[in-house]
Amino acid sequence: MERNFTLVILFAALIAVLGLVPPIPLTFGVPISAQSLGVMLAGAVLGSWRGAAAVLVVHGVVALGLPVLAGGRGGLGVFTSPTVGFLIGWLPAAFVTGLVVERMRSLRVGIAAGIGAVIGGIVVLYLCGTVGLMVVLDKGPFEALMLSLPFIPGDLIKAALAGWLTQTIARYRPGALLSRA
Amino acid sequence: MLSLALPGASWAHRLPVGVKLAGLAVVMVGAMQLRDPWVIALALLGLVGLYASLGRAGLAAGLRAARSLFWIVAVILLWHFVTDQARLGLTLGLRVFLMVGLANFVTLTTPLPELIALIEWLAQPLARLGLSPRLPALSVALMVRFIPILQGRFGQLGLAWQARSRRRPGPRLLAPLSFSLLDDAEHLAEALRARGGLAPRKQGKD
Repeated sequence: MERNFTLVILFAALIAVLGLVPPIPLTFGVPISAQSLGVMLAGAVLGSWRGAAAVLVVHGVVALGLPVLAGGRGGLGVFTSPTVGFLIGWLPAAFVTGLVVERMRSLRVGIAAGIGAVIGGIVVLYLCGTVGLMVVLDKGPFEALMLSLPFIPGDLIKAALAGWLTQTIARYRPGALLSRA
Repeated sequence: MLSLALPGASWAHRLPVGVKLAGLAVVMVGAMQLRDPWVIALALLGLVGLYASLGRAGLAAGLRAARSLFWIVAVILLWHFVTDQARLGLTLGLRVFLMVGLANFVTLTTPLPELIALIEWLAQPLARLGLSPRLPALSVALMVRFIPILQGRFGQLGLAWQARSRRRPGPRLLAPLSFSLLDDAEHLAEALRARGGLAPRKQGKD
């Protein structure tokens, strides 16, 4: 009980710390922040429910006005900005990533985590983000999706990293891999 | 880690947090209905007045929040100018500033302890589920405490890497960072258990 709780809290802290890593500009100029890698990792390592719980803690701390999002953003304002869907979407993103790792037990955990990160951290996340853009900006789904497409290559890199990191954790700290416990 | 809230005791700081949040909800629903860019610009001017009433620090903090929206608003404007809907683009761009500015105003004028108290009050029903109502506040405190710790460790790993290699570390240091995080979680859990655990009033619980 206490261990699950502290793992959730520390992954929430990891998501915040990854937001402090300076964004890496890709060759074609789109900066990628490492923050959503933390979301993928929380789901892949902690599993569906606990991964989502870690994201929920981050959401709570953001709402309290602490600047834990990439670029030092925070406060209630981010919940009304056009990109709110991507923030809220972390919740199902971590959940689905964890669910894939839990269900695909026949696959190596790193492969399953990579697949989960693509489905949860990209497909589901962009679905939520696009709906958010549609609501805030009164756009159709096509236009809204166009605004977010440039970020997908960076997210594919992050999904691969999430798979590699999960495999490494499975090798050296197998007990902490709650998604396959 | 500092809260974004401004120190001070302005008129807005003195309003109860519940009043501010309820007022924000009402104003936001209203702001979503605005369609005329001139009306929104007028509302935005009123918002700037609101920030100005907090003094120079208030204006500066508002400006900082607005700056983080610069790119997304630039993309919105560009998209609409290209597709020949400049008026709609202006409406949407201004509304983004208005909505974020309004919510940010509540964040700036509400000290963290007041919000934590609100959360503890909202969390009271947790007791019926056998969980401590302190859980949300404890979560926030522990997370915020561990951000500088993890950050410091990441920095140390970077220095150690620099001592052994002239290449850039890239993402590989995330692996040792994760290990140290998982070990911290074990130690922290032991410390929590030693202090009575998460459900202190129950006896004989694992």
